[in-house]
Amino acid sequence: MHRIYLDHNATTPVLPEVADRAAAALRDEFGNPSSVHHFGQQAKAAIDEARTLTAALLDGDPAEVIFTSGGTESDNIAIRGAADALEASGRRHLIVTAIEHEAVLNTVKALARRGWRVTLLPVDQTGVVSPDALRAALDEDTALVSVMHANNEIGTIQPIAELAHLAHSTGAIFHTDAVQSAGKLPIHVKALGVDLLSISAHKFYGPKGVGALWVRRGLRVLPVLTGGRQERNRRAGTENVPGIVGMGVAARIAQAKMDQEGARLALLRDRLEAGILAAVPGTAVNGGGSARVANTTNISFERVEAESLLIALDLDGVAVSTGSACSSGTLEPSHVLKAMGLPTHRTQNSIRFSLGAANTDADIDRVLAILPGIVTKLRNLTRAVRA
Amino acid sequence: MRVVVAMSGGVDSSVAAALLAEQGHEVVGLSMHLYDNSDPAQAWGSCCTLDDLQDARRVASLVGFPHYIFNFERQFQDTVVSNFVREYAAGRTPLPCAHCNSDLKFSTLLERARGLGADQVATGHYARVDRSPDGRWRLKRSTDPGKDQSYFLFSLTQDQLAHARFPVGSLPKSAVRDHARRLGLAVAEKPDSQEICFVPDGDYASFVERREPALALGGAIVNEQGRQVGTHGGVHRFTVGQRKGLGLSSSAPLYVTRIDAETSTVTVGVRSALERTQLTASHVNWISIAAPTSPVRVSAQIRHRHQPGAGSVVALPDERAEMIFDEAQTAVTPGQAVVFYSGETVVGGGWIE
Repeated sequence: MHRIYLDHNATTPVLPEVADRAAAALRDEFGNPSSVHHFGQQAKAAIDEARTLTAALLDGDPAEVIFTSGGTESDNIAIRGAADALEASGRRHLIVTAIEHEAVLNTVKALARRGWRVTLLPVDQTGVVSPDALRAALDEDTALVSVMHANNEIGTIQPIAELAHLAHSTGAIFHTDAVQSAGKLPIHVKALGVDLLSISAHKFYGPKGVGALWVRRGLRVLPVLTGGRQERNRRAGTENVPGIVGMGVAARIAQAKMDQEGARLALLRDRLEAGILAAVPGTAVNGGGSARVANTTNISFERVEAESLLIALDLDGVAVSTGSACSSGTLEPSHVLKAMGLPTHRTQNSIRFSLGAANTDADIDRVLAILPGIVTKLRNLTRAVRA
Repeated sequence: MRVVVAMSGGVDSSVAAALLAEQGHEVVGLSMHLYDNSDPAQAWGSCCTLDDLQDARRVASLVGFPHYIFNFERQFQDTVVSNFVREYAAGRTPLPCAHCNSDLKFSTLLERARGLGADQVATGHYARVDRSPDGRWRLKRSTDPGKDQSYFLFSLTQDQLAHARFPVGSLPKSAVRDHARRLGLAVAEKPDSQEICFVPDGDYASFVERREPALALGGAIVNEQGRQVGTHGGVHRFTVGQRKGLGLSSSAPLYVTRIDAETSTVTVGVRSALERTQLTASHVNWISIAAPTSPVRVSAQIRHRHQPGAGSVVALPDERAEMIFDEAQTAVTPGQAVVFYSGETVVGGGWIE
């Protein structure tokens, strides 16, 4: 069966060039980058090159890039590391949005247990944070504000530059989780005005287990993992050289293809979305009224169990997800859709389609050909059982 | 044909799935996530826990069929768990596995299976199902009498039986384990589940009390003459026929003979006081025959490990039935099931009143 993968926000297939580069590093660049000798220098040079490529994706300086084990660790270093560094300042207040990834939400929850005050910013019906809400929440006590660049479940893009400017006006520092935008949207860290920015390689065709945190030069962030002095003493542990060089290649290719690929995916996504809305009654796009990354659409199907729809599609060779991959297996409706104030029949019955490099017009045709029938079948069954 | 297999992670449902796949069916493994068992500090039963779901996933991956987990926490609470607590609070002794079969596996799960284009749900139960010449679906005992689970399936309706499939029902347990070894399944030596899965540490009383705290106020223990002989910590701690844990001293062994939840009174008596030749059952489900208007000879089983007693059963109005035993039976326990057999065929069954 030809399988169609529409879950690129969960993870992406590794590009052949990335796999080749990582495999070469596994085979040939085994040295410890901290070692003084030839082998160490060879590995060090490899990660330096990757650092340059990764920094270029963000329009930042290579010296500002810390390699990590992925988005979750980057978010943890950004928030915990900055909070630890700011503890002496007496500021004990954090602001994040209600639609952040669990890596951010559960990190601020952990800090709340240590006595930090946490404010969750609301979002509007399209999933966007208003600068007014941030302005109202900020005070002299606010140490850090964290707002994701693009949301993983619905794809909406937040007005980061404006929010970062506001945060700075009261002396707070600003972090953005750019895991879902890196490689999809142009990122210029200086224009965004952020202090910290997290990315993850496997969301843009790189390997899993590697990511980066961009830290504005001069900003103090205490290490979360304690140990050796790697990554300028900000992330201890021998570097994941194959993963890091793989991410470098992925960053280079993502940057080169970004404009063209974004335009291509937007056309496919819009056709999929319009096709579903036209062919399946009782559907609605979540977060559709605002600017979104080009590859994502989140659609609610009235009177359909999202779990059943996902499995039925998978049995027919179409891979999608309900909300975020992390919340699968739980009964909780999506915290993102809930924060948007959507009614239960929309928060519990939503499916995320996230497109990517391998998807074609034929894929969209196939999904539009089988989806209406599956939904009708599931709905008839629900009616028969309830009758 | 596409068949959904309800996979608990145990050896029986694992082999059921693998055998169907071997026979060429398109198997879809579904596991039910039924209750939050993520607390590592508590000992859970060996069914449907996170470890068990992982076992099911490994079997699916090895044999090569898809496997999914449905979250049925809410449905499980609303049907099986709430009934369990309600029954204990009413002084009866519940049988949650039977409710799980008829209210979840062969209703909610079957409904989901149909949505996925599968017309049958297979399980690892030791029971058999076939169709009589007159078109009725019949439920029969397993060929392994030591493992037979037809008692827990008596409440399946004709429609549910029509969509039920028990691939290991005609195999002895030893053969099931042999199949598991032959197929290289890691669950081949996994012990059978014993306790009620959703009660941590097998501590039913605490589980019920957390949901019905007033029960812990307790009440009086009286003898057959109505004289108080002791006190107790709640009717949910007792079951008819129970001997241990009464905290009473007596020349002859004493047993719980009656539980009255209204007055929170537990009555005790000697063993002969437990004997009954008659019982009535409610919500009776007739399987091999329509509700009999005149007495039918059957042998009736009144709990899981019970040598059935011969006698006659007749249907009463309102889906009830009366069973008259030829010889007195010990400890007819309200809340348990009475299942009527003719030979190895299940005639029907109901809940003991």
